[in-house]
Amino acid sequence: MTSHILKSYDQELDELKTMVSQMGGLAEEQLDKAMRALHSCDFDLVDEVVASDVQLDQMERDVEQLSMTMFARRAPLADDLREIVAAIKMTTLIERMGDHAKNIGKRARDMALEGPFTVPPLLDSMANEAKMMVSNVIDAYVRRDADAAVDVWEHDEHLDSLHSAASRDILSRMMDAPETMNFMTHHLMIAKNLERIGDQATNVAELVHYAITGRELDQRNTTSAPSITDDA
Amino acid sequence: MTMATVQTPPKISAQGVNVFYGDTHAVDNVSLDLYQDEVTALIGPSGCGKSTFLRCLNRMNDTIADCRVSGQILLDDEDIYASQIDVVQLRARVGMVFQKPNPFPKSIYDNVAYGPRIHGLADTREDLDEIVAVSLEKAGLWDEVKDRLDHLGTTLSGGQQQRLCIARAIAIDPEVILMDEPCSALDPIATAKVEALIEELKGGYAIILVTHSMQQAARISQKTAFFHLGQLIEFGDTTQIFTSPTSGRTRDYITGRLV
Ligand SMILES: Nc1ncnc2c1ncn2[C@@H]1O[C@H](COP(=O)(O)OP(=O)(O)OP(=O)(O)O)[C@@H](O)[C@H]1O
Ligand SMILES: [Mg+2]
Repeated sequence: MTSHILKSYDQELDELKTMVSQMGGLAEEQLDKAMRALHSCDFDLVDEVVASDVQLDQMERDVEQLSMTMFARRAPLADDLREIVAAIKMTTLIERMGDHAKNIGKRARDMALEGPFTVPPLLDSMANEAKMMVSNVIDAYVRRDADAAVDVWEHDEHLDSLHSAASRDILSRMMDAPETMNFMTHHLMIAKNLERIGDQATNVAELVHYAITGRELDQRNTTSAPSITDDA
Repeated sequence: MTMATVQTPPKISAQGVNVFYGDTHAVDNVSLDLYQDEVTALIGPSGCGKSTFLRCLNRMNDTIADCRVSGQILLDDEDIYASQIDVVQLRARVGMVFQKPNPFPKSIYDNVAYGPRIHGLADTREDLDEIVAVSLEKAGLWDEVKDRLDHLGTTLSGGQQQRLCIARAIAIDPEVILMDEPCSALDPIATAKVEALIEELKGGYAIILVTHSMQQAARISQKTAFFHLGQLIEFGDTTQIFTSPTSGRTRDYITGRLV
């Protein structure tokens, strides 16, 4: 795609994309820290996770503000319109990812205060999968790669099945050792948080795909949906 | 290209239209169906042939020396370039509003009454009064001018003059209204009034609107046609064109990118 005749328009769009991808990076890092806090019972890490959440909230507001300015100043259309709308919706989703990561961090602290525990390996598998989805979808966004967004979208199924497996595993541990019930409940909630982060990454993938192609992800195989031809 | 889903036949069907001014190929093989009940916006860079194409639809190009039109333009399935067509009659069916408001140097009343008079649409003075009042009403101008119908049309503000020209166009009860950048000389309020009027008129007439304002096209048209270098590049639902255009050239134009 060629540049806008108005350079300042391109600069604003670049700034917007940078802000969104930075938010994505921060959410990914926050999830990583939350999981490390869970393993290490490191309260400083928990504090960092909570602080990142405040930062994500602020960044979401900044993106909203810049988008409003751009609507007012640029009256965006076509690819630009989709880009800005997607940015606003993406930041809302990323901010929610942050909420889930924060919840995991807080549980890490609560559990550490209750006594020693072990993290079910399936929670780690889920966290790795979720992190990879977040990381790949932000990558797809930065690289304008609609196919990579589709890949992320398709990964959600895998995370869902890991979630069922993790839930079953945690429940059976609870049956075997009812005295671990408190921990296991925390683990179940963490599994749910991770599953939600995957859902949000999936929704982000839909937005990235739409921003790039102008087509809804679930209609990508229908012949009626037009695809842009760069005939300029 | 998106096909019209409308079941009714097109009001105007242009098929393989070419226009030359001497050696200049101003309109290049354009085929386009225009429907009653719809506002169709023609957009595209300066010189791409929008006005030329528009003028073909009521044969305003006939008077331009050196201008050759080929292809077919059907109005209700009838070829408007056929030899038996009466051009005056045609222009009564296909009215036009221009970029610069151009009221006659006559009274407001006479500006509107002129068309009905020459086309013999009113038998009595009462009939004519009625047509003038209704047309000014439809054009949203009645309340502003009803007490000074004998004033010169040229004493009105630009926005009022443009609505007067629209009243003049609808006074002869056309089926199609062509508008060539009707708001380019108007402020936002006068523009909004003309747009409100176009919305109001929609349904009764097929309206074809040339505009350089993407927002105007997005606001009031149902279909949009993008012209570039005399060719029709993309034609489809306005919402689709302005959110997800199919052609990269359309996108570059409407988003203000270098082509
Ligand atoms: N009367 C004329 N004689 C010769 N050439 C003409 C005449 N009118 C238009 N042209 C040429 O035909 C081409 C199309 O012109 P046209 O006026 O249809 O463009 P347009 O899309 O309406 O542009 P604008 O947005 O500037 O009004 C241009 O190259 C123009 O120079
Ligand atoms: Mg023109």
